[in-house]
Amino acid sequence: MTSASAPFRLPTGGRIDRDRALAFTFNGTEYTGHPGDTLASALLANGVHHVATSITYGRPRGIVTAGVEEPSALVQLEAPFPEPMLTATTIELYDGLVARGLRGQGRLASEPDPARYDSMHAHCDVLVVGGGPAGIAEARAASRDGARVILVDDQPQLAVDDLPGVRVLTSTTAFGCYDDNLVLALEGRQRVWRIRAKEIVLATGAYERPVVFADNDRPGIMLAGAARTYLQRYAVVPGRRVVVFTTNDSAYASVLELASAGVEIAAVLDSRDQVPEALVAQCRERGIDVLPGHLVTGTSGDTRITGVHVSSGTEIPCDTLLVSGGWNPVVHLFSQAGGKLRYDSRLGAFVPAAPLPTIRTAGAANGEIDHDPGQVLWRTSADTTGFVDLQRDATVADVLRATGAGLTSVEHVKRYTTIGTAHDQGKTSGVIASGIVAEALGVDIADLGTTTFRPPFTPVAFAALAGRNRGALFDPVRVTALHPWHVAHGALFENVGQWHRPWYYPQPGEDMETAVLRECRAARKSVALMDGSTLGKIDVRGPDAGVFLDRVYTNLISTLKVGSVRYGVMCGVDGMILDDGTVMRVAEHEYVLTTTTGNAAKILEWLEEWLQTEWPELRVHLTSVTEHWVTIPLVGPKSRDVLGIVAPDLDVSNDAFPFMTWREATVAGIPARVCRISFSGELAYEINVVGRHGLTVWEALIEAGAPHGITPYGTETMHVLRAEKGYPIIGQDTDGTVTPQDLGMSWVVSKKKPDFIGKRSFSRAENTRPDRKQLVGLLPVDEHVLLPEGAQLITTPRLPAPPVPMHGHVTSSYRSAALGRTFALALVRSGHSRHGETLYATLDDGTLTPVTVTESVLFDKEGARRDG
Amino acid sequence: MTVDQYSLRLDPTAPIAAAIQQVLGCPLPAPCTETSSAAANVLWLGPDEFLVLTTSAVLPQQLRDAIGDEFASVIDVSAQRTTLLLDGPGTQVRDVLAQGCAIDLDPHVSPPGTCVQTLIAQAGVVLRVLGPTSISLLVRPSFAPYLADWLADACSEFHDVRIRSAS
Repeated sequence: MTSASAPFRLPTGGRIDRDRALAFTFNGTEYTGHPGDTLASALLANGVHHVATSITYGRPRGIVTAGVEEPSALVQLEAPFPEPMLTATTIELYDGLVARGLRGQGRLASEPDPARYDSMHAHCDVLVVGGGPAGIAEARAASRDGARVILVDDQPQLAVDDLPGVRVLTSTTAFGCYDDNLVLALEGRQRVWRIRAKEIVLATGAYERPVVFADNDRPGIMLAGAARTYLQRYAVVPGRRVVVFTTNDSAYASVLELASAGVEIAAVLDSRDQVPEALVAQCRERGIDVLPGHLVTGTSGDTRITGVHVSSGTEIPCDTLLVSGGWNPVVHLFSQAGGKLRYDSRLGAFVPAAPLPTIRTAGAANGEIDHDPGQVLWRTSADTTGFVDLQRDATVADVLRATGAGLTSVEHVKRYTTIGTAHDQGKTSGVIASGIVAEALGVDIADLGTTTFRPPFTPVAFAALAGRNRGALFDPVRVTALHPWHVAHGALFENVGQWHRPWYYPQPGEDMETAVLRECRAARKSVALMDGSTLGKIDVRGPDAGVFLDRVYTNLISTLKVGSVRYGVMCGVDGMILDDGTVMRVAEHEYVLTTTTGNAAKILEWLEEWLQTEWPELRVHLTSVTEHWVTIPLVGPKSRDVLGIVAPDLDVSNDAFPFMTWREATVAGIPARVCRISFSGELAYEINVVGRHGLTVWEALIEAGAPHGITPYGTETMHVLRAEKGYPIIGQDTDGTVTPQDLGMSWVVSKKKPDFIGKRSFSRAENTRPDRKQLVGLLPVDEHVLLPEGAQLITTPRLPAPPVPMHGHVTSSYRSAALGRTFALALVRSGHSRHGETLYATLDDGTLTPVTVTESVLFDKEGARRDG
Repeated sequence: MTVDQYSLRLDPTAPIAAAIQQVLGCPLPAPCTETSSAAANVLWLGPDEFLVLTTSAVLPQQLRDAIGDEFASVIDVSAQRTTLLLDGPGTQVRDVLAQGCAIDLDPHVSPPGTCVQTLIAQAGVVLRVLGPTSISLLVRPSFAPYLADWLADACSEFHDVRIRSAS
């Protein structure tokens, strides 16, 4: 395209690819730009300054800067994929882009995001943040010493072609500096870099500071340095007739370069009474008026500035006003890392006070400004209508209202006015806000300081932080060695922690209820088996293993004989149940304990913490062996027959292999540890074999049990079977506020042991209150009603006026094949002394149904079934 | 030929360590490295924890005999971890892993013989640097399908990386 269609694009210059045109649409109008453009530069090339609308007052707003510090030009990207609240100055232009200006909020996409987000770890000796002259010099110097150097810069290309030995990441913005020199950076919008550096050099430059005056927010008002960037990088001029207002020397470079590019400079207003003669002379050569001691007091215009009000009383017509109030070193990352700042009264800005041991600043970020910083000026007059924070529509009056209300800290003023809380986090407004607060309070800005710099430095999409942890990779799905068999045999699965466990195995035409009743019947009347491999297993070994286990379980473990198994409960120091399981004594100094599926890692960490921090003198080794073993519970009156077939050398008689013992055996030709334990009340075994042999043994059991109709069952049937026997599940029937005594399990709490974790808490008044919630069984009077788990229990058949006295809640609820009815477990206040009482449970439809409180054991109360 | 895995627990500064090293045929590894002999690879997992990889049927009992009544343990964990082998030209294997692994795998920092416990994405692994372009990951079998899926996805830009299961 030629400059004809983009009237503010110069015919030559810039770092854009003029051979290619990119069509884009903004606010419904079609324009063209070039590769290398940002949305902002392409809009300015087309003469578009009015980009957005202010959130509170609905005022037209334009483009103020050329980078991430942009406080004004917020847009909504609509195509190719909707993204809200992006700055026009940071959107790389591409063909087909559709965007519109925003008034505050945008909209999130309602359709799935097709983009791929990911992350990359990188390591280096020296990380240089910022690819300006200072950063490039630092990277060159560091790489000369043979160091591994990474340089990140937010622009698509560096001003130099080649940096030998330096890994350069362009279009990459460092947004957080964390402990131990970890820097997070965002490449484009889709890749998060996690860079660990031995040394960090922050060459992040400086942001130009505006000056506040009335109507300082009109489109066409831009920072002077930004205009220079648009000219150099994009060959774009901001207007035809420009007024420049400055407090310092830096703006003169913009003045001279724009004049050379053919832009009419209507006047240069310099707040200083004395302007360096050389600058005045250079302007005079080009016929430009420099007016020392002149200030901007206001502007005219609507959707574009049309004139500048000068302190001398005149108005100068123009279409653009460039402003420079000095420069603020970009100290965000340095401050995030814990670096201290000091106020530099010459710059009117905060600069690093001293480098950190491995993090330092360089160049402008270090306060090295290579021109006369001139006069420090926050605002030009007593007028209070000028905007301090454009995005928040916060004015000088708002700041004064805050100080007038008695606020004396910039942190409080920030929260009161919301200045610095928008997407730009006050990059251009923060220091001015501090300055105006200091003036209003009559204190030194050096004592007032800044608000805290927090990551992220620039907005980062959550999608980028999530990276590839989404969809199928959102959370690991863990499966057992027997998983393929379960899949092949039609199991439906339940998530238990990260595990995928068989829930039930429906046969053709069966719903869940029918399938579970069938599986339960098989376990109670014949034989059934399940995959119990997910149970946590910890090998506890060493001369002091027994002493250690006696301290962490509530009951006595060390008296267990080799070849025997004991049920045990662990409590926290508060006496509340943490976990339960079995302990198998393998040898004199060797035990294997089991944990609940979801608690395996937590219990290992719990035990290691006590061992390492409290009892390092104990000679004990803890080793997770969870996945070493495949665990198969074999359950039901016919389980002994089936085991006898697959383990012909094992004497399975009740006398030789009694309840709560275990035996080494050969099962289906595989060495195994077989326990006689039961979580159903039935005669049952638990067969443990090394993982890779699991499928062999499982299939052998299926084959041997076929004549008895052996039935695989899932977690739902396991839950029903154990609930019929009143066995609680930790985490379902307990919630961290339940003691063993509450569960009716005082027998599992040793009275003999001198100490164990939780012991002292059992004598606390709170833990001995008679009205604690205690585990009971519930039988709905209507034996077909299935109570919802979580249902509240009250004492009246109708709901009384609030507050309703709550007497407990349902923790487990099932249909029982064995009982021929529904039943539930519940935690009920003083429950152990309320057996026989009628309570009322809330149903999902809001009605109440009567239930009878019973003991928690509902099936085989005498325990006649466990020996077969 | 099955490679069995044993967790070897002992204080490497204890007097018993000499006898253990005699049986292993190699010194116990320094932190974040492994050592090897004809009989075994010995991986450092922690200050008092080593993983012995061996095809020898007699080595575990030899270790237990050497330990005698001292405080040290040899625990069969052969099925506790499975192995994925990654090979690929140039830096591709390292680039794939860099997407989810915080360890610096530059050969100057992590030469062959390096052995660390770390995370690849959300799976805990023992990572062994076998050679300049070859890395093996020991992972719990339950996490292996997730890890394999993650690696395959991470290879989308690196087509020459080969992932093999080797237990």
